[in-house]
Amino acid sequence: MKPIYIHSAVCITAQDSFEDGIMVPLKTSEGKVQAKHPEYRDFIPPAAARRMAPAVKMGVAAASKALQKANVEQPDAIITGSGMGCMLDTEKFLNALIENKEEFLTPTAFIQSTHNTVGGQIALGLHCKAYNNTYVHGSLSFESTLFDAQLALQEGSATTVLAGCVDELGTEFVEYVRLKEQQETIPKQVPYGEGTAFFVLSQEVKEEGVILRGLQTFRTVSEDDITEKMLQFLRENQLETESIDAVFLGTTGDSYDGYYNVVSKSFLPKIVRIPFKEYSGDFYTCMGFAVWWAQYLLQEQCAPGYNCEPDVTPKYQNILIYTQEKGQNHSFILLSKT
Amino acid sequence: MEALKQELKESILEALNLEEFTVADINDTDPLFGDGLGLDSIDALELIVLLDKDYGIKLTDPEESKSIFKSVEVLASYVEANRKK
Repeated sequence: MKPIYIHSAVCITAQDSFEDGIMVPLKTSEGKVQAKHPEYRDFIPPAAARRMAPAVKMGVAAASKALQKANVEQPDAIITGSGMGCMLDTEKFLNALIENKEEFLTPTAFIQSTHNTVGGQIALGLHCKAYNNTYVHGSLSFESTLFDAQLALQEGSATTVLAGCVDELGTEFVEYVRLKEQQETIPKQVPYGEGTAFFVLSQEVKEEGVILRGLQTFRTVSEDDITEKMLQFLRENQLETESIDAVFLGTTGDSYDGYYNVVSKSFLPKIVRIPFKEYSGDFYTCMGFAVWWAQYLLQEQCAPGYNCEPDVTPKYQNILIYTQEKGQNHSFILLSKT
Repeated sequence: MEALKQELKESILEALNLEEFTVADINDTDPLFGDGLGLDSIDALELIVLLDKDYGIKLTDPEESKSIFKSVEVLASYVEANRKK
């Protein structure tokens, strides 16, 4: 099967990722970290933006920039993943429902609260009537999006896919989740975050590009079996642990970090290990940030925000990303430089 | 009446999230839809709910709504004459 090339990648998180700025670890003392929002006027008309919550603005702006970077005007498919959808408008709508005793319900928050608002707004902005789907599978929402994109490209139903993910903090629900997490014996040590990442994917060859080489998810795996699952995943993609130049791990400091420890031990001590949630914060689709960062490393051969040395021998050829949520929803993503 | 107009302008800006505008930008006779504030059908629904919630006015006839939302001046006169709270 032909490889899938990442033709462009754009990300908005608590980092300066939209402008490819320097990545700085977040303070662990912060409970929640908001995304660094770009100037949305450059991407969204003010009349349209007034009804958009941060998730929608982030998604539309990132998608728009990703298409611009890839010189694509109309994708053949728009596929979005979101763990919690448009949380802010959901909260607004439900609170209004309670406060007004189920009367005086206004349409805007309801319309904008649906999970597929982001994918819909991207399509409306582009006047794109192509396949449009949104996956809401908790912490595997982005991975499900990539699976669908992979299928669409490999089956030939699309030649260019705009695939991405988005989640926002909102004002209340995530705070309740955070408070509940704090009651755990070993709670997460990374703040809760928000963000988006969009990618233009195609089987059209991109010279010196990055390919989405492999993708696998597991609902449940024991800590004893995770290493074998990872090794099997690498073997299926014709790689060994020695071929991996960097590993992105979703460590959070909670009691499930043992999974990352055993996976990490399989790799050479000298290779780079990036605990990506310490940079993005934790949210259901933060895997999108990891994929964005990993493709940047492979493409530029240095971290975002740094001047890359010219003519340097490629240091990063293959990068593995692994994450899980509370011992469930494990995912491996493998990116390679062509 | 002037106080009501001011109140309606503030409510419209807040309910419709018109961040680009201030109360001073809305003239009493400016059309709310079309060339004026550029409101659309979803905004019309928001305004109908606003009248019901804040003034106890229930609008059921779309044609009537169209004429009432002509401008802040027309809207204020209608509210003044028909408000139940």
